[in-house]
Amino acid sequence: MDREVLLEIRGLRIEGRSGEEWTEIVKGIDLTLHKGEVLGLIGESGAGKSTVGLAAMGFARDGCRISGGSIVFDGIDLRTISEKQKRDLRGARIAYVAQSAAASFNPAHKLIDQYCEAPVVHHVMGREEAERDAIDLYRRMQLPDPESIGFRYPHQVSGGQLQRAMTAMAMSCRPDLIIFDEPTTALDVTTQIEVLAAIRDIVRQFDTAAIYITHDLAVVAQAADRIKVLLRGDEVEEAETRQMLDAPREDYTKSLWAVRTFARAEQPPASGTPIVSVRNVTAAYGTVNVLEDVSFDIHAGRTVAVVGESGSGKSTTARVITGLLPPKSGEVLFEGNALPAALRRRTREQLRQVQMIYQMADTALNPKLTLRELIGRPAQMYLGLKGRVLEERVKELLNLIELDPATYIDRLPGELSGGQKQRIGIARALAAEPKLIICDEVTSALDQIVQEGILKLLNRLQEEFGLAYMFITHDLATVRAIADEVVVMQQGRVVEQGTKAEMFAPPHEPYTELLLSSVPEMDPDWLTRLLERRGAA
Amino acid sequence: MIALRVALGIGLLFIVSLIIFGATELLPGDLAQQLLGQGATPETLAALREQLGLNDPAPVRYWNWLSGALTGDFGVSLSNGRPISELIGARLGNTVFLALYAASLAVPISLVLGILAALWRNSIFDRAANAGALTAISFPEFFVAYILVLWLAQTGIFPSMVRINPTTTFGDRIYMTFLPALTLTLVVTAHMMRMTRAAIINLMASPYIEMARLKGLSPLRIVLRHAVPNALAPIINVIALNLAYLITGVVVVEVVFVYPGLGQLMVDAVSNRDIAVVQAVALIFAAAYIALNLLADVLSTITNPRLMHRR
Repeated sequence: MDREVLLEIRGLRIEGRSGEEWTEIVKGIDLTLHKGEVLGLIGESGAGKSTVGLAAMGFARDGCRISGGSIVFDGIDLRTISEKQKRDLRGARIAYVAQSAAASFNPAHKLIDQYCEAPVVHHVMGREEAERDAIDLYRRMQLPDPESIGFRYPHQVSGGQLQRAMTAMAMSCRPDLIIFDEPTTALDVTTQIEVLAAIRDIVRQFDTAAIYITHDLAVVAQAADRIKVLLRGDEVEEAETRQMLDAPREDYTKSLWAVRTFARAEQPPASGTPIVSVRNVTAAYGTVNVLEDVSFDIHAGRTVAVVGESGSGKSTTARVITGLLPPKSGEVLFEGNALPAALRRRTREQLRQVQMIYQMADTALNPKLTLRELIGRPAQMYLGLKGRVLEERVKELLNLIELDPATYIDRLPGELSGGQKQRIGIARALAAEPKLIICDEVTSALDQIVQEGILKLLNRLQEEFGLAYMFITHDLATVRAIADEVVVMQQGRVVEQGTKAEMFAPPHEPYTELLLSSVPEMDPDWLTRLLERRGAA
Repeated sequence: MIALRVALGIGLLFIVSLIIFGATELLPGDLAQQLLGQGATPETLAALREQLGLNDPAPVRYWNWLSGALTGDFGVSLSNGRPISELIGARLGNTVFLALYAASLAVPISLVLGILAALWRNSIFDRAANAGALTAISFPEFFVAYILVLWLAQTGIFPSMVRINPTTTFGDRIYMTFLPALTLTLVVTAHMMRMTRAAIINLMASPYIEMARLKGLSPLRIVLRHAVPNALAPIINVIALNLAYLITGVVVVEVVFVYPGLGQLMVDAVSNRDIAVVQAVALIFAAAYIALNLLADVLSTITNPRLMHRR
């Protein structure tokens, strides 16, 4: 591309503080972006993607500092200008779209008030003009009711819509550059496509340059002209999108491409009494039914994947099985016998048999307890282990999840990485020696490479102990990797269920088809083709 | 939802009235004996008991008391025979006046100091404001009061005693009650200021604050427009708690400045064993507490869009 250079970063170094020590987390990155160009920045978490993206705005998060190199935006060196001058650029000429729009919109103000803020503060336009402009951009971003959606509060709007509203907001001053920081990561596959398409179109319409940060290659391939791969603060390689996808040079990049190679061996059809049987369950929050007549079985040693968008009732089903939400009608059988509907009426033994692992290991582990206490507690409570036996058991469990007891047993969750925390979640569930473990989106918050490690671990434990898993996920790649049977849910109903082979082979229910076709593929033209196909249909 | 809160508040007040009545029932001693002294004959004692209704069963007396209180009739003082509502009336006005006066100084001061301390976190200003507020709250009220008297009254700038009568003009009242109001301000500012600061700082790490910074907004605008609206609930609650304190907890300050408020009345009534007055004042204090906290709940609800605008 021989267009004018918009952003030139040379030898960028950023340090992060841990305690009193400063350690380098970005180690000399060069980056060149031309006007109207989209650069994909990919890597695992901890690679420094977001840090680099924010540095392109001259911004470092609290506890980080830019320690070296130059950041020149349109001839202005962001490292030498004053805070005031930087504020004049931010929002006006360089805008930011955050990963979680739900958290990044201020809950106290209406969307349109937040939209108008930057144009008014930066004197780009007056309030009334900005409001008209907001409605126009909401329409371009294909938000429903563009005239009125801006007058709602963030909590009244869905996640996918918020993400589009945030992209519209970033466009409000017609910036030259937008930093997209994992804008679709938190969304369902079906919503992800819509947001991705809307982002791609609006960036092209206004000829805005963009840095698109993600850990999902297939996603970035749809939007980026060039891709740069980062690993632990260093650049691995950079190339045009097609070239990068067709012929990655570095081993690390190849490993990213090949990450989804793990797949569980085919299992023979399950027989005998299921461990857990959900029978015609209808459940409600208040008067609104959120589950309608849901039935499926989970057999010993098998994994049942429950898939669907958010709001489809996946987690609610888990709540019914665990007894947190007594159903309105229907029942849950455990090895053929009905479980009491309500949690407090179940015996300790019944509780022990069903354990949960949660999506956010961060919030599911008590930050004040050491791993010894976290893992030891269920073993103590359900199995009555004490003293040396308990200690040995905790060590054994740590070994099972591949963490060295000598190093880790007295650590706090805060001292672990995301993947390690999730392993602790697994060990805690295992400590009760249950027959069924419910995994609620346990890999969604993790990078692909870490995800794969967790999936392999779960699979190994299943083979070793004959565990049954109910695996709640919206990620079909995960389903492909670990499921034996699949239950597809939509709006509280089971729309299709069967073995993995059946589910991934046509013919599909329309909704299953929609889910399957929405999984991004490693092909830069995939989104375009998909949209054309859907437009034609 | 708000109607439910109000109903709960009324229910709570009812329970408190039961407790107040029950507690005074438990007090030892015979009122009639107390009033007439050791020399009273059994006949006069009996007659007085009859006259005061002390021979009625407790539920009847409770009902008489409560139904009277609801219509503003708290009965007569046992020590001087005057209607309690008359005793309380003027003093309640004085107490509320002082509380509002102190609040009108303390609330703006603590909000501004709290917001600035959050804005310039860890700066000299922040440390000075914190240290100052903590120092003020660490001294006992009477000590602060006497220090102020020493500095501001001994030098003749402000009066150290408050003499108010119905003809006192508003301006004079403001002038004469300045020292008690200032004392109370110094006592309550620390809570409100530190809560404001903490509530705002707590939010400064949230993603929407980072978003605001990345929109190029000035630090002051970020704090005022993006942090404060989300920090209102804890701030409102601590303000309500302190306002309630200003009405119910000012006994010491009233005594120091000889201020004719409810606190003094309560102290006098307790020392005279004037149970009827104690009951009435306690009920008013409870009502003030409940009403202010109710108001705080309602305001917190109104200022939270997630509660006001359902999906």
